[in-house]
Amino acid sequence: MKPLLEMNHITKTFPGVVALSDVSFKVYPSSIHCLVGENGAGKSTLMKILSGVYAHHEFDGEIHFNQERVQFNSLKDSQRLGIGIIHQELALIPELSVYENIFLGNEIKKGSMIDWNETIVQSMKYLQMVGLNVVPEEKVKNLGVGQQQLVEIAKALSKNLTLLILDEPTAALNDEESENLLQLLRNLKSNGVTSIMISHKLKEVVSVADSLTVLRDGKSVLDIEPSNEPVQIPTIIKAMVGRDLNEIFPKRVKHTSEDVILRVSNLRGYDKSKQRHVVKDISFELRRGEVLGVAGLMGAGRTELAMTLFGNANNYVMSGTIEMENNVVSIKTPKEAIDLGIAYVSEDRKGNGLILIQDIKENISSAGLKRLSQYGFVNPNEEIKVAQQYKQDINIKTPSIAQKVKNLSGGNQQKVSLSKWLYTSPKILILDEPTRGIDVGAKAEIYTIINELVNQGLSIILISSELPEVLGMSDRVLVINEGVSTACLDIDAASAEEVMMYATQ
Amino acid sequence: MTSFMKELWVQLKLNVRDYGMFIALAVIMAIFSYLSGGLFLSPRNISNLFNQTGYIAVLAVGMTLVIIIRHIDLSIGFVAGFIGAVAAILMVQYQVNVWLAIIIVLALGTLIGLWNGFLVAKMNLPAFVATLAGMLIFRGALLQVTSSTGTIIIPNRFFNMISNGFIPDIMKGRLHVLTLIIGFLGIAYYIFSEFKTRQSKIKYNFEVVSMPLFLSKLFFVSAIITWVVWILANFNGISYTVIIVGVVVMIYHTLMSKTILGRHIYAVGGNPDAAALSGISVNKITMIVFSSMGFLAALSGIMFASRLQSATVTAGTLFELDAIAAAFVGGVSAKGGVGRVTGSIIGAIVMASLSSGMNLIGLDISLQYIVRGLVLVIAVVFDVKTRNVK
Repeated sequence: MKPLLEMNHITKTFPGVVALSDVSFKVYPSSIHCLVGENGAGKSTLMKILSGVYAHHEFDGEIHFNQERVQFNSLKDSQRLGIGIIHQELALIPELSVYENIFLGNEIKKGSMIDWNETIVQSMKYLQMVGLNVVPEEKVKNLGVGQQQLVEIAKALSKNLTLLILDEPTAALNDEESENLLQLLRNLKSNGVTSIMISHKLKEVVSVADSLTVLRDGKSVLDIEPSNEPVQIPTIIKAMVGRDLNEIFPKRVKHTSEDVILRVSNLRGYDKSKQRHVVKDISFELRRGEVLGVAGLMGAGRTELAMTLFGNANNYVMSGTIEMENNVVSIKTPKEAIDLGIAYVSEDRKGNGLILIQDIKENISSAGLKRLSQYGFVNPNEEIKVAQQYKQDINIKTPSIAQKVKNLSGGNQQKVSLSKWLYTSPKILILDEPTRGIDVGAKAEIYTIINELVNQGLSIILISSELPEVLGMSDRVLVINEGVSTACLDIDAASAEEVMMYATQ
Repeated sequence: MTSFMKELWVQLKLNVRDYGMFIALAVIMAIFSYLSGGLFLSPRNISNLFNQTGYIAVLAVGMTLVIIIRHIDLSIGFVAGFIGAVAAILMVQYQVNVWLAIIIVLALGTLIGLWNGFLVAKMNLPAFVATLAGMLIFRGALLQVTSSTGTIIIPNRFFNMISNGFIPDIMKGRLHVLTLIIGFLGIAYYIFSEFKTRQSKIKYNFEVVSMPLFLSKLFFVSAIITWVVWILANFNGISYTVIIVGVVVMIYHTLMSKTILGRHIYAVGGNPDAAALSGISVNKITMIVFSSMGFLAALSGIMFASRLQSATVTAGTLFELDAIAAAFVGGVSAKGGVGRVTGSIIGAIVMASLSSGMNLIGLDISLQYIVRGLVLVIAVVFDVKTRNVK
């Protein structure tokens, strides 16, 4: 049988980063191909190339579709050939009805006007195909996430679909919804629609895949064709994590205190806007002076866990208990968390970590102004002194602390963010992706700072999607999967394979 | 000398946003002075200009804070009109003591502001909508309370002094001596504080301009203050309006630049999400800022009623737009987080100078609106274009 799709020697670079390097794979008609890999392995980039989000001159390599070389300039070009992509973030308009959404951008016309009656009739046909049992007039916002996903698929089907790409379709679904979705993919397959699915859930992958590709650091490391023998989960995990540990982590002393500073039991958090539990059942202990790594895949609820601990900053409906230094505490706002000695260095420096239009010293003092003030008046000289001190201590590279933060590099911005929180003199420091988007040199500096801080007795929760970072920097590792804490491993006993196992089970 | 000129040029270019307004003001004043044959810069006209700017200036101060936190308040014009009417009714119909009446209406204004803040912060209404509703409501309220009487004449001498009176002099003579003394004390304080700032900057190794340039700046600013004081002293001296606006500006300037509350306001405007994660209650700051706006709207209402010596049924019409224009002309960013109270005051003076100058040369009112609109556009374009100059 000839392949429906061939991607040959795809290489894509961003300034300073090779996102994909010589990746090739084939997908055969009426099959399901799975794409697996850690966060940042290059899966989404590969699919953006396939769907034409990156135009053909923006990467090297060839795409063959139906035996013909194709060159896409935009999403529209790939759609014309019957390639549809469904992103993790659903692209539906909540206030519009199901049928309006399905034919949005692809309206059925009578003359120059939209033929609404025909639209509704047609939409019912596609709803039936995806097995969604709602009236077409229903507004999309009233549907659950699983149902919305089906609407997306119906929308894709309405455009003469031959190849359907799904980016982590089951990440936000419960077990039953996930199983329904996988069944739908199998049904579509028997009706001649081929699918490519990106997924972190390896159980699903082995149950549904006819062929699969594992990506690691932008390279294809495992390629299973339909004719090959079915693959086992441990094999996939080994391929996913077996990278060279080329990142150097500073030597560190292991901290094995028995003194528990924070104990979290059966923590649950319900997100009202997403209408689901983002934290389902998390229990763990943080010991004084240790680094507790938090590992988990995208959407596992790592940042959400941090938000619940940091004064419920996202206003979830919470249950469970948090004990700090053996006292049960109820922390309702970030201010209360800060007063108790909890600090949170955000993963999103620009979005909610720093005030970019303000200068370095104002950012550093912004969470600890009380310490700088008397009768509500800020002492400007003291503020300058503090900022100068941090500039020196953790090496913020800038000509002046009066420099606007937006003019700093990612690494220096992160150091400002770190200084800001250290100045609140915390007992517990939550670091959320502390090295995301910063260069290797700054990374190493941040690692050294982390080690110094725990040596000084600070307790750190280190959230990271980079497994080597978690393994290289932690004393113990908490693994989270879909909002549930699945394991807490001592670093000496933790291997990448084992962590990945608990993160994907 | 050439290096001096070079540095001056570099500094002007770097701080074009700060000096731009002053240059614009100087140009406007020069043009109208020429067109009016010197009448524009006469002591009487300048004194009048300040008194007419007063009730817009205090609104512009409050609006600066509102815009900094990324909101807007459209209700303040008719709130001011309504408050003026309430003050008049209290004094005329109920014979309430003038001080008590002032305190009551200031409290009422603050409550109205709190209501707006509540709608925006707790009910999540867009400020535009919440205060547009307020605009309608208080326009109606103003018509309601004045429906039986029409214009209410305020006979209270003390009340009418607020926007028409001048500080008494210590000596009889052609020149107003107390005004001169206050002016020179002001200059002394200005020079003293500039030196102090410079010293502490040097102490922390911050860049400072060279001594000749520094002294030139001191001389230049002092000369301007002297000139203004001289003009005022040649008429009736400093008016109570100038004193009131001066006090309001001083309090708000200190609040915004020196206190935790001010920092929190800038933080909320600069990045509300980051502010919230820094332990700042965005809702609380929003309520405080709208309450302060309400308080200043009430003050503006008092000043306007005093100026006209009466409460009228149309008092406050379009005040909000003058205040918003003043703030934008004064360099407040519509994107939030950036702006100075002192800038907005200059903005208010720029807009008032335009109106006053155009009136003086007898420009038709229709053209006056068009010119003011264009100046607002030019000011904001200038602001946007110079924003990213490093």
